[in-house]
Amino acid sequence: MVMDSGTRPQVQRKAVVLLSGGLDSLLAARMMLDQGIHVEGLNFFTGFCVEGHTHAVRKDRQRRAVRNSALHAAEQLGIRLHIIDVIDAYKDVVLNPRHGYGAHLNPCIDCKAFMVGKAREWMEAHGFDFIVTGEVLGQRPKSQRRDTFPIIARESGAFDRLLRPLSARLLAPTLPEREGWVDRERLLNLSGRNRKPQIGMAQAGGLAYAQPAGGCCFLTDPNYARKLRDLWSTRGERRYDFDDIMLLKIGRHIRPRPHFKLIIGREEGENHFLEGYRHRFVHLFAADANGPLALVQGEAHGEDLTLAAALTARFCQQRNAGSVRMTIVRPGGFAEQRIVTPWPVDQLPREWYL
Amino acid sequence: MPHLDARHLLCPMPVIRVSERVRALAPGEVLTVACTDRGALYDIPVWCRLEGHEVLESRVEPTGEVSIVIRVRP
Ligand code: SF4
Repeated sequence: MVMDSGTRPQVQRKAVVLLSGGLDSLLAARMMLDQGIHVEGLNFFTGFCVEGHTHAVRKDRQRRAVRNSALHAAEQLGIRLHIIDVIDAYKDVVLNPRHGYGAHLNPCIDCKAFMVGKAREWMEAHGFDFIVTGEVLGQRPKSQRRDTFPIIARESGAFDRLLRPLSARLLAPTLPEREGWVDRERLLNLSGRNRKPQIGMAQAGGLAYAQPAGGCCFLTDPNYARKLRDLWSTRGERRYDFDDIMLLKIGRHIRPRPHFKLIIGREEGENHFLEGYRHRFVHLFAADANGPLALVQGEAHGEDLTLAAALTARFCQQRNAGSVRMTIVRPGGFAEQRIVTPWPVDQLPREWYL
Repeated sequence: MPHLDARHLLCPMPVIRVSERVRALAPGEVLTVACTDRGALYDIPVWCRLEGHEVLESRVEPTGEVSIVIRVRP
C-alpha cells in the first residue's frame, strides 16, 4: 500500500515483465519501477534460447563470465525472476505456427503470442494487474509491426492489459494508462531499429545488459534451422524432443548416409557435454590418442560403423597416421575396437556437413 | 537431506529445477544441488538472493562438479 499526497491509500499495482535479458525489456521494467509499480520478471525457456547453453559448453566462450542474462537483469533491477520451463508447450508453436515462419524456422508472431499468453495466465494466477514487454514498434520485421502488435494482444488474451512502455505513446492507450496506474506522459515513443536511445538510457541509468549477436533464439540461425529440417526429413515426421534440440546446438554434424549422422565434439567442453548422452547412443573415440567423442544418431551397423570410425578418426590427434584404433561402444556398454584409416580431408564431401 | 541432481543440465535448467524443488520444501529445509554447468555457481546464488533463500555453501569438487547448499527462506 502506498499513500498519495492526500494520504489516501492507493493499491500498488503489479506488473509482470517478460524479461529476456536484453536491453529493451530491462529498460521497460526499469520504467515501471520508476513509476512505483511492483514488478516481477518472467522468462520462458523454450529449449531454443541462445542463453547460457553454448556459453556454458564451449570453452572458447568461457572467458566471459557464464551467467544467465535474464537473471543478471533481474539482479540489477532487484526484482524476482521466475524462469519457467515451457519446452513441451512450445512444440506446437514451432511445429504448427498459424502465422508461419520468419526468415528461417522462427515463428515469431506465434512465439510472442504464446509468451504473452503464458504471462497472462501467470498474471491471473498471481493476482497481477498487467503485462509489460520491451517490444519496440518496427524493430523486428515480422513480430513488431503496427499490424502485428494487436494480433499478439488478442491471441494471447492479454488485450489492453499488455503495455509496451518503449513505444506506448505511438500506440492506443492501454488499461494501465487509462486507469492512471502508469503515467502515459512518462512512457516513450520509440520506433524502428535504431537502438541509440536505448543504449543512451542504459548508460545514463548505469545498466549493464546482454548484447545477443544473432537474436534471442536458435530458430533464427540458418545453420541451426538446416539441422532441424534435416532431423525432420530423415525421421520422416516433424517432431522433436528436448535432447534432439540440445544436440543440434553442439558439435559438428556430419551425415554420410541418409540413415545415420555423426555428432562430433569440437573441443573439450563439447566432448564433456556429449558424454552425458553416451548411455543412449552408439559412441566412438580414439583408443590411443586425444580426440573427440562422436555420437551416432540413427541406425548404423557393420560397414557404417567403420565409416563412422574413419570419419571420427579424421578429427583426432593421429589424423595423419596410416591407421588409428577406434573404440566403438553401444548403449548397453558393449565395446569393440576397429582399426581404420582416418578419412582423408579432401574426400569429405561438403554436403555431408549439416 | 533433500538432494537435487542437476548434472548434465545446462543453464537455465539447473535454476528451473532448483526453483521447482524449493517450492515443494518447507521453510528452513536445506537442499543440496549437484551441477556440472559452472554457470550454476553464479546463477543459483543470484536466484537465491532475489528469492530470499540462503546459500550455505557453494564449491567446486575435485571432479569439476559444482555443489551448492541452500536453506529455504524461513
Ligand atoms: S526470435 Fe525466437 S524467441 Fe524471439 S520471437 Fe522469434 S521465435 Fe520467439
